[in-house]
Amino acid sequence: MDEEKSKKYTTVSIPVQLYEKIKKLIEGTGFKSVSDYVTFVLREVIASIEEEEKEEVFTKEEEEKIKERLRALGYID
Amino acid sequence: MPGIPKPHGGRLVERVLSEKRRLMALEEAKELQKIDISKETAVDVENIARGVFSPLEGFMTKNDYESVLETMRLEDDTPWTIPIVLDISKEDLKKKGIKEGDEIVLEYNGIPIAFMAIEEIYDWNKKYHAVKVFKTDDVNHPGVARTYGMKDRLIGGRIELINSVENPFERYTLWPKETRVLFKHKGWKTIAAFQTRNAPHMGHEYVQKTALTLTDGLFINPLIGRKKKGDFKDEAILKAYEVLIENYYPRDRVVLAILRTEMRYAGPREAIFHAILRKNFGCTHFIVGRDHAGVGNYYGPYEAHEIFKEFPDLGIEPIFFREFFYCKKCMGYMNEKTCPHRNTEYVIRPSGTKIREMLLQGKMPPKEMMRPEVAKVLLEFGNPFVE
Repeated sequence: MDEEKSKKYTTVSIPVQLYEKIKKLIEGTGFKSVSDYVTFVLREVIASIEEEEKEEVFTKEEEEKIKERLRALGYID
Repeated sequence: MPGIPKPHGGRLVERVLSEKRRLMALEEAKELQKIDISKETAVDVENIARGVFSPLEGFMTKNDYESVLETMRLEDDTPWTIPIVLDISKEDLKKKGIKEGDEIVLEYNGIPIAFMAIEEIYDWNKKYHAVKVFKTDDVNHPGVARTYGMKDRLIGGRIELINSVENPFERYTLWPKETRVLFKHKGWKTIAAFQTRNAPHMGHEYVQKTALTLTDGLFINPLIGRKKKGDFKDEAILKAYEVLIENYYPRDRVVLAILRTEMRYAGPREAIFHAILRKNFGCTHFIVGRDHAGVGNYYGPYEAHEIFKEFPDLGIEPIFFREFFYCKKCMGYMNEKTCPHRNTEYVIRPSGTKIREMLLQGKMPPKEMMRPEVAKVLLEFGNPFVE
């Protein structure tokens, strides 16, 4: 399997000054490239936005049914 | 991290047939081609169907599989480190005339477990797979040996659960839907998950209790399923935890439930996988210890800590612990951050190897290593280890 072929990338433009700043910032940090760092930061940002979205909720009926089983197993009184 | 996290990928997968549909499905199943699956695969089919493996809805198709090998992410960029695949032989494909687009039935022991809509049939390279997942192609590694024993083609596609797999541990089986309701009912906003394949020694207890000082609740989630020779038997692990919790834990702050899946022994990759599954159960934190999911000397003792740095979007917070030990001078359980005597004669380490040796000889390990109540329960098994 060709490793490079299976990775899919696209190009995003950022100001050259920002690129240079990041390049300096990541020296000695373990990030291999500016792209690696930008990917890391964007994933972090997107995850935190998604986490703020509404939590999954169960219907009252569904929740009661689950609680019945939890009671039967001794997990709740 | 505030509150119970959303399931991995944003939605808890549920692919269980309703009772009404199930009766019809059993009739339909008679007309379809069937393939036999192992007990371990059948258990993982149920994990997919009940959301433990969310966002997976079936066995991986080629793009997801290759993406997981190369980038440790699904094709849509969601973190995922362990390939969940179904193998089949060329002979079976030919004999049964199975092709892409077909619907088939996955059977275990003659019982229909699930429908599977075959989206893709593809080749794979076992050696390449082994090196990517296990970081070695050494056949002495149990995960590599298992990989080499698999059939030569993979089939990917969504499944729908028809029947559950026999479960000797029903009493301790909770699905993500249930743990999420349970944690909410208890009012827990932060929950630390503890993955284990061992009976608890004092080091485990202190790791768990230290995590519990930071969170509202502790979810002890032993992995029950195929393990290697010398690992603790499933029954022994559960009995040991029952007695430990009864005697030494605040009952209202601990939940003990099992995770049914096999150990892969993929070290760092498996640590991420284990964290994802616990996120699906509704945990906010995941305890990562020394040599997590490791075997032999294939991985560095803290390699599983390092890999978490690559996943800022995992959605569950790792809590890293180094080794805990008893210090005679400090008179308590310590770790290298809290005790200045770690390389001195004051230290008693709860060595798994030593505990194993003593138990096999019918001896009680010292109380600084293992609670006497726990040791007693294990000794009652005669041999508490997988043979």
